[in-house]
Amino acid sequence: MAQQANAVELHNTVKRFGEFTAVHSMSLNVTDGSFVTFVGPSGCGKTTTLRMIAGLENATAGDILIRGQRVNDIPIHKRNLGLVFQNYALFPHKTIFENVAFGLKYRNVDKQTIARRVREALQLVQLPHVEDRLPRQLSGGQQQRIALARAIVIQPDVLLLDEPLSALDANLREEMRVELKRIQRELGIATIFVTHDQAEALAMSDRVVVMSNGFIEQEGTPEEVYNEPASEFVANFLGISNLMSGSVEDASADTVKIAVEGGPHLLAHPREGRGKHKGDRARLAVRAEKVFLAEQHAADDDSVIIDGTIDAVDYQGQAARYFVTAGNLSWQAVNPIDRHPFHEGQAVKLRIRAQDVVLLDPARSGNGAEQAG
Amino acid sequence: MAAVAAEERDLRPWILLSPALTTITLLLAIPTCFVVVYSFWLRTAAGGEQVGFYLDNWIEVLTDQFYRDILFQTFRIAAITTVLCALMGYLPAYFIAFSKMRNKAFLLLLLMLPFWVSYIIRTMSWINILGVSGAVNYVLTSLGIVSEPIQMLYNETTVVLGLIHFLLPFMVLNIYVSLEGIDPNLVDAARSLGSTPFQAFREVTLPLSLPGLAAGGLLCFVLGGGTYITPLILGGPTDAMFANLIYEAIIIQLNWPLGSALSIVLLVVLGAVVLLYNRFLGLGQIRKGFG
Repeated sequence: MAQQANAVELHNTVKRFGEFTAVHSMSLNVTDGSFVTFVGPSGCGKTTTLRMIAGLENATAGDILIRGQRVNDIPIHKRNLGLVFQNYALFPHKTIFENVAFGLKYRNVDKQTIARRVREALQLVQLPHVEDRLPRQLSGGQQQRIALARAIVIQPDVLLLDEPLSALDANLREEMRVELKRIQRELGIATIFVTHDQAEALAMSDRVVVMSNGFIEQEGTPEEVYNEPASEFVANFLGISNLMSGSVEDASADTVKIAVEGGPHLLAHPREGRGKHKGDRARLAVRAEKVFLAEQHAADDDSVIIDGTIDAVDYQGQAARYFVTAGNLSWQAVNPIDRHPFHEGQAVKLRIRAQDVVLLDPARSGNGAEQAG
Repeated sequence: MAAVAAEERDLRPWILLSPALTTITLLLAIPTCFVVVYSFWLRTAAGGEQVGFYLDNWIEVLTDQFYRDILFQTFRIAAITTVLCALMGYLPAYFIAFSKMRNKAFLLLLLMLPFWVSYIIRTMSWINILGVSGAVNYVLTSLGIVSEPIQMLYNETTVVLGLIHFLLPFMVLNIYVSLEGIDPNLVDAARSLGSTPFQAFREVTLPLSLPGLAAGGLLCFVLGGGTYITPLILGGPTDAMFANLIYEAIIIQLNWPLGSALSIVLLVVLGAVVLLYNRFLGLGQIRKGFG
């Protein structure tokens, strides 16, 4: 395989609207053929960043490169991008064929080739027989497939998707998620996907860029951002985390021990203790699904076992989310259900494994934390 | 199923509509019937009306070339006005619709401002601008560009000018409403697919705003075709429009039966235009234009 080129590069890109800075100095590489997701709450700058790459907004500062070429001053219609919108944005007065063929008109393609490529694109999105219909005669999911066909038929350098699944209902959304991923793989086209839905981000991406307040909070594979959140914001935004403050009791080569304020001592994995010293303040996170509840746990060296009481149960079918009080601390635990869930008021034991305790970067922990939820 | 539904028809909509229907019946339908009846009466030489069923007015109106000429002239003036309004109205409508200014409402208010001044006064104001002792002639003579004031008023051009002054806001509002309804993402999508701003306008914005143009056009044509004040104030002796004939017949000659027949001709002709329009373009857009 050829050397991994970058489909899109951002170098210290900034976007300001008047006094308001929507995107702070952002740098990022999107490698060829990869699926990168910008995820974050609304107003985090993800859509603005996408619009800057698309050429719908001008960057206030910094460079944007597409295929190594600086595009800051290149207008949108010369950037060769595929753009898909949340509301489909199909041309209501044009047939499906005319919609899909729209971009080819401007690319010196002869009529037969246009017809063939439109057919191929419609086949790819599995809607081969709708050429003569108008967009309003199709369902939302079908319209979004057509919008995708229209964006990919021009063989764009980058596919930009702005919350394309958000307008669909839940079942269809999951179906389209798989479909979109299949098409992206098949075409091997670099894709930037914007969403506020963490499940979409984790399910579809090669790399996830978690954003908040115009900053990149963390960038990495879905596993990295999920299992090793760099900040409190990421820990909270992706899934449910138990967040605690404490101080480092011991940070040796083979064990890290932390005294949690108003709570127990927890063990953490030695990799988490790097650069930490006894007495340091620490913020730590434990994923709710890593808090294992049982009536009895066998003790072992790598776990801490705490006594607790179930306060509330949020039954979810295959799993349950428990609100547990242990000492002065409240925990959330998401556990698969083995026959019956625990009931309210039941005494349980919480088992926290050292490998599941993540120490957050204290320098970044304040950022965006108020939006956690 | 349908039959059952029809039998158990809900009367509530009719009850809610009844005040409006009563008003329309009393103030529009019944008077129109009176006008129809009037048109078959006859004006006597003594100045009174002879009640009866005479076809004299209708024979005169339908056979006299004079009336046909004036009707044609009315159509021509209304059509020219409509086209000019469309050309002149599109740009301001586009500007208001896509302006990023926060005071869009203020711009719309400016558009409505002329309606606060009487239409007659607005029309008369052109005399102060273009008249022999008007502003334009004053400037031209003061600067020595012309030695004698030029007579610019009282021709078809000034009638069209006055009608544009009257009708342009209707056109702008209708175009504005249809432009306002266009999803801005559509233009972005067209641009991302490779079209220049002008190509995107031609392919997306313009076709999607055609219903507004059509609705504004119909309003301008019907309102323009039915006016008599503008030609009366700004037109010359040969620039009469059809409504001027009605005005003449009823107000000047006091010939109500003839005026009635003429009124019905204008009503039928303009009504036919509306129906044709509805047949080909649909009136749903106009309803939107008022909303």
